[in-house]
Amino acid sequence: MAVPLQYNIRNLLLRKGATVMTALGIALTVTTAIFIMALLAGLRDAFATSGEPNNVLVLRKGSTSELTAGGVSRDALPVIKDLPGVARDAQGQPMVSGEDITVIVLPRTDGTGETNVTVRFMTPTGIELRPRVKLTEGRWFTPGQREIVVSKSIHKRFAQANLGDQIWIGKGNWTVVGIFDSGGSAHDSEIWADINQLASDYDRTYYNSVYIGATDPVAADALKNRVTNDQRLELSGMLETDYFAEQTSTGRPIKFVGVIVAVIMAIGSCFAAMNTMYAAVAYRSREIATLRVIGFSRPSILTSFVLESLLLSLLGALVGIVLMLPFNGMTTGTQNPVTRSEAVFSLRMTPFVVGSAVVFAVLMGLFGGLAPAWHAARREILASLRD
Amino acid sequence: MTLTRFVRKNALRNKRRSILTLLSIGFSLLLLTVMMTIWRAFYMSDGTAESANRLIVRHKVSMANFLPISYREKIRSMPGVKHVVNLTWFGGQYKDNKPENFFAEYATDPQEVFQVFTDFEIPPDQLEAWQKDRAGCIVDTDLAKRHNWKIGDRIVLKGSIFPVNAELTVRGIFTAPPGMSGLYFNNIYIDEGYPRVKGYVGWFTVLADSPQAVSGLAKSIDETFRNSDRPTKSESEKAFNLSWIAMLGNVKAFILSICMAVVFATLLVSANTMAMSIRERTREVALLKTLGFTRGTVLALFMSESIGLAACGGLLGALAASVVVRGMAASPQGGLLFQNMKVTLPTMLVATLVGAVVGLVSAFVPAYNASRGNIVDGLRHIG
Repeated sequence: MAVPLQYNIRNLLLRKGATVMTALGIALTVTTAIFIMALLAGLRDAFATSGEPNNVLVLRKGSTSELTAGGVSRDALPVIKDLPGVARDAQGQPMVSGEDITVIVLPRTDGTGETNVTVRFMTPTGIELRPRVKLTEGRWFTPGQREIVVSKSIHKRFAQANLGDQIWIGKGNWTVVGIFDSGGSAHDSEIWADINQLASDYDRTYYNSVYIGATDPVAADALKNRVTNDQRLELSGMLETDYFAEQTSTGRPIKFVGVIVAVIMAIGSCFAAMNTMYAAVAYRSREIATLRVIGFSRPSILTSFVLESLLLSLLGALVGIVLMLPFNGMTTGTQNPVTRSEAVFSLRMTPFVVGSAVVFAVLMGLFGGLAPAWHAARREILASLRD
Repeated sequence: MTLTRFVRKNALRNKRRSILTLLSIGFSLLLLTVMMTIWRAFYMSDGTAESANRLIVRHKVSMANFLPISYREKIRSMPGVKHVVNLTWFGGQYKDNKPENFFAEYATDPQEVFQVFTDFEIPPDQLEAWQKDRAGCIVDTDLAKRHNWKIGDRIVLKGSIFPVNAELTVRGIFTAPPGMSGLYFNNIYIDEGYPRVKGYVGWFTVLADSPQAVSGLAKSIDETFRNSDRPTKSESEKAFNLSWIAMLGNVKAFILSICMAVVFATLLVSANTMAMSIRERTREVALLKTLGFTRGTVLALFMSESIGLAACGGLLGALAASVVVRGMAASPQGGLLFQNMKVTLPTMLVATLVGAVVGLVSAFVPAYNASRGNIVDGLRHIG
């Protein structure tokens, strides 16, 4: 027969001081773990969920990034447009957008200095190729005008990114005419503008990259290979989703340090929980012996104490999760190594993150509680009663 | 029995508890030591004396925006400038994109790079051999050891930023201070392999006359190129290295918040232990007082027990941290970020001190209460 759970709960309540202190210690560890996991989840969200499965990104052969590419000649565009599998828009035009990326320096609103921001020059077709990006205020840029549309987070994080403001890009001022919401993708850190205006500013005869919309994901895969294998082009194609997934490597140092921090803190908390549970067992040695006399078996005593330790760690997990809740959705920035500009992302306490935190805490409770519970179950009844 | 012996005996009366507490505090302070070491390496290292003489001139936007090589002679003609050399981050792939095969690759001018980096050392005949071979390269000793390279070996770097595959021959092996180690080859290789960037380079490293001249020089260089097509940003080598770290995001806040969580967690553990341990001894305390020990002595006994235990934990943690940091520095996962990081003696002392303070703070309330307790109540106490 199992020892009622009520017994453990009452005991935890009775020894309030030790319970609170141990649970808080576990809570701090859980908080740290959640913080790191939420950071990584936000980064992953920003990159891995970016990109349309139908889109193929075309870069110069050997290049791995849109920023450093610099080599799709304008002559290649008609060839690309004629490839089989390219989707057509309502007017029957092939969905192909020649694009360019540049990086500018903008001052942050909170006065913590300047940061690099990516400006994406594109055609109106480029907007259609990203159906998840929605305009929230104002309007899209007009081709042939010095107009830009900024993302919601750029609008929030930087001064002079409001409707009607002017931002200096390249050789002149551009007017902000709209704000878009990218739904948390990598475009969340971008400014969009017209490519032809840029080309005339800089006298450029090439695009940095070309985006192609395929009719469906299967066609996109075929199109990717067709571009790469076309001898006339000397270009390479890749799925847009794959391209962004690569950029998640931004989080590598955070992950590296984060894992070390979480593991070390967890080991420390394990020992603390063990300490508390040993003390709990020592206090109750006569009680345990009595339970044995009444007829509770050794396994049920073992289970009971492990459960008590688990309760303690779950309490810690709960407090930890509550402590982290205010930080959920907080946005922060890091440098994207591929585009060399600020990648904005938010802390995301996804169900997975919260779930892992609970599992993490349960593991701590389990390891912390097992040895003391074993000790409790093994004691001789007579010796304990005489204590 | 002396008082010190009494404290020591008491600290170890419940061996399991003492060991668990030590381990728990030790692990927490291990983390604190690691964080302090990272902080120190990022924000407190002054670099070498030679480094203080150098500044870096890059495009105002980023290192991915190149500068014309013509800037080099303009910078050279400025007062206070001893030497200027151009550098370009090649970013090619060696073998595959596994982290252990990643290292810094710079394209530069072999004629002047050793005059700017006065702290690099290379045998003169090897330097000469490199200067003569346009397709030659030099690698630092650590890198050479890691990949088992010898002079005359062929290294192929697959270009990703540039559409150039560099096929290089090792001509020399040099020693470099932390942060500037890697592979260096002749910039001509990029110029000829990819004419579109001919005449453009990543950044310039300038050797100034004296450390005092650096900040003034940085200002006048930026002033010179302010209204050009490609404005510059000049900063000391140290500030430049910091800007790499700033790219990761708010590292300072990240480290500080972890440190605070760790110290607070240690405090909880230590307070919990001392509270348990002191409560157990209520009767003993009453006995001590009947024997004539004053309240002050009783308080001091408990406090020194707690301080000793926590400080030992701190020391243990600091010692373990030096092992962990060594592992981090060697791990390819950390990239170049943690290279050459070491736990210094002052950092260890600080960790021990933090342990001692935690012991002091955590024991005060239970120890004070115990020392104030009524003797008769204490003797009646049932543990």
